[in-house]
Amino acid sequence: MTDDSMPILEVRGVTKSFGAVDVLRGIDFAVHTGSVTALVGDNGAGKSTLIKGLAGIQPFDGGTIYFEGKEVDLEDPKHASALGIEVVYQDLALCDNLDIVQNMFLGREMKRGIALDEAHMESRAGETLQSLSVRTMSSLRQKVSSLSGGQRQTVAIARSVLWNNKVVILDEPTAALGVAQTEQVLNLVRRLADNGLGVVIISHNLQDVFQVADYIYVLYLGTMVTRLKTTETNSGEVVEYITGGRKDADAILSGEEVSA
Amino acid sequence: MSTNTNSDVSTELPKYMQQKNLSIRDTWNAYRAKVRSGDMGSLPAVIGLIILVILFSLANPVFFTPLNFANFFTQAAVVVILAMGLIFVLLLGEIDLSAGVTSGVAGALLAVGLTRWGLEWPVAVAVSLLAGVVIGIFIGFLVAKVGIPSFVVTLALFLAFQGLILVIIGEGGNIRITNQVILAIQNNNMPIWMGWVFYTIVVGGYFLFAYTGRMRRLARGFSATSLNMILIKTGVIALVGFATVYALSLERSVNPELNPLSGVPIIVPIIALLTLVFGFVLDRTSFGRHIYAVGGNVEAARRAGINVSQIRIAVFTICSGTAAFAGIVFASRAASVDPNAGKFIVLNAIAAAVIGGTSLFGGRGRIHDALIGGAVVAVIDNGMGLLGYSAGVKLMITGSVLMLAAGADALSRKRSTGVMR
Repeated sequence: MTDDSMPILEVRGVTKSFGAVDVLRGIDFAVHTGSVTALVGDNGAGKSTLIKGLAGIQPFDGGTIYFEGKEVDLEDPKHASALGIEVVYQDLALCDNLDIVQNMFLGREMKRGIALDEAHMESRAGETLQSLSVRTMSSLRQKVSSLSGGQRQTVAIARSVLWNNKVVILDEPTAALGVAQTEQVLNLVRRLADNGLGVVIISHNLQDVFQVADYIYVLYLGTMVTRLKTTETNSGEVVEYITGGRKDADAILSGEEVSA
Repeated sequence: MSTNTNSDVSTELPKYMQQKNLSIRDTWNAYRAKVRSGDMGSLPAVIGLIILVILFSLANPVFFTPLNFANFFTQAAVVVILAMGLIFVLLLGEIDLSAGVTSGVAGALLAVGLTRWGLEWPVAVAVSLLAGVVIGIFIGFLVAKVGIPSFVVTLALFLAFQGLILVIIGEGGNIRITNQVILAIQNNNMPIWMGWVFYTIVVGGYFLFAYTGRMRRLARGFSATSLNMILIKTGVIALVGFATVYALSLERSVNPELNPLSGVPIIVPIIALLTLVFGFVLDRTSFGRHIYAVGGNVEAARRAGINVSQIRIAVFTICSGTAAFAGIVFASRAASVDPNAGKFIVLNAIAAAVIGGTSLFGGRGRIHDALIGGAVVAVIDNGMGLLGYSAGVKLMITGSVLMLAAGADALSRKRSTGVMR
């Protein structure tokens, strides 16, 4: 089950503890360009901690990180941004009082002299949304407060694409969405990968995971218990891993399975 | 809002990429949708202002005279300028209760500088503006870095600065200002011809600005405001401006032979310039954009890489610096500085901003809210004064109007978050 291509982002043996609690106990994890990698696990398994480490928000205590094959530091969110790793958080991090374009360019506004170059930003935002086949908005100058949950998620995801990012990490992108909107967002996630990005999706919803992911990593109490190819498994098996029903964790941790 | 996707023909451009010449009807519909979603902007204040003007004109014929009209501008000026500074702070959802006494400190420094220290007026002005900036940095530091709520910081300074003013002026003091340049700010008028030049610049400038903006958007293939809409807006500005400048150009002195008095007060172009500069900063720079972002969602702003503390400090600095300027204008109008300077005016200024449509919850507000809200506050003050009401009644009415505006703000916020799915 190893991939021939070099992973765009890979961590080996990363650890993280908060005081006496070991939250990550030597995790191996890899993201490949053009594929969707799902990260699943029960509450407290360490998913968020792993993501925060990859985003540079909470640097790992130990282990090595490779980006495009080279060892890198992720000690600061700026390192992650510079490499092209972008996290789209569950709570979205959009400003309700700003419009779609303003949100997509927030913190990275384009300027002409000292003034903002609104027209340029609007056309870039439009092109990006169009390239992702987003059709649900009527105007890019709509305030985000007037958008539906799915549209908001779409804006948040599109923002991560705008900056030629290479890896996009989505934290529970469908958590608060209805059926139709979930479908839209999952299609968008798939298109991100098809456009050549490495995509990581964290989700509690196995149905979503099976629909969109190529690989499934399962975290259990701070250890990566398995890496499965979506086509070669089923949700029963994944649930067993998530709940700790399968105890082949040690074998995998020793490195024979996830030696990517 | 059309979230349905029956227009989902992949050959067709998505709606947001289609070029469209926005008609007057589109603009009207967009505005209606905005108001309905709870964002009423300055609309209630404009309506209120018109009603108040009609009422006061009917109640007392003196209200609608050129002399009172000109007085109204100089009366409103200090509140408007103070409110402009406060809007920056309010946009972050913070407050500066010390803005009024900060202007008092600045005025006191100006007066003492001109008299006891014998400074030239530019130096004295610079000293008092600098004092405002330093005070702003100090407040910003305490709020952003130490983490004291702005309400508490500025309430403490509200008390402390009243003492500071006393110390600067000296016990029982009241310093007269005799410098002609300082006095001119609030007491002199432009020559009639200059008033019309100013009028032409404002109307022409607005049209050019709107027109080139439209052309730039069209060139990029975006929807743009229709030429008709621009012409209508320009027409309204031209008409209102004409009436204003015409009225101010009439002879308004009580005793024309002895003391002729006409022309647009000098403070009017000063406020116009301030509006232009602050409006540019808020609407057209990334700094302004970041202020709105921090006021809308601090966490989102932080994650977008915006230095939130820096924005906070900058905003308090702008507010106190502007307050210092308001203090100079106040000193010019009163031709003196007394220890009570600026004590009550801050609430009027906050009221002006909120009445004009700036939200106390942050993230929503425009610089022209200060103009409209300030006009409402000044009309109430002026009109009720003419009707012979006591200062006590005026204070109660202004307080009630502030409460009303804050209530409307809170309710519209509730409504706009309710619309959100």
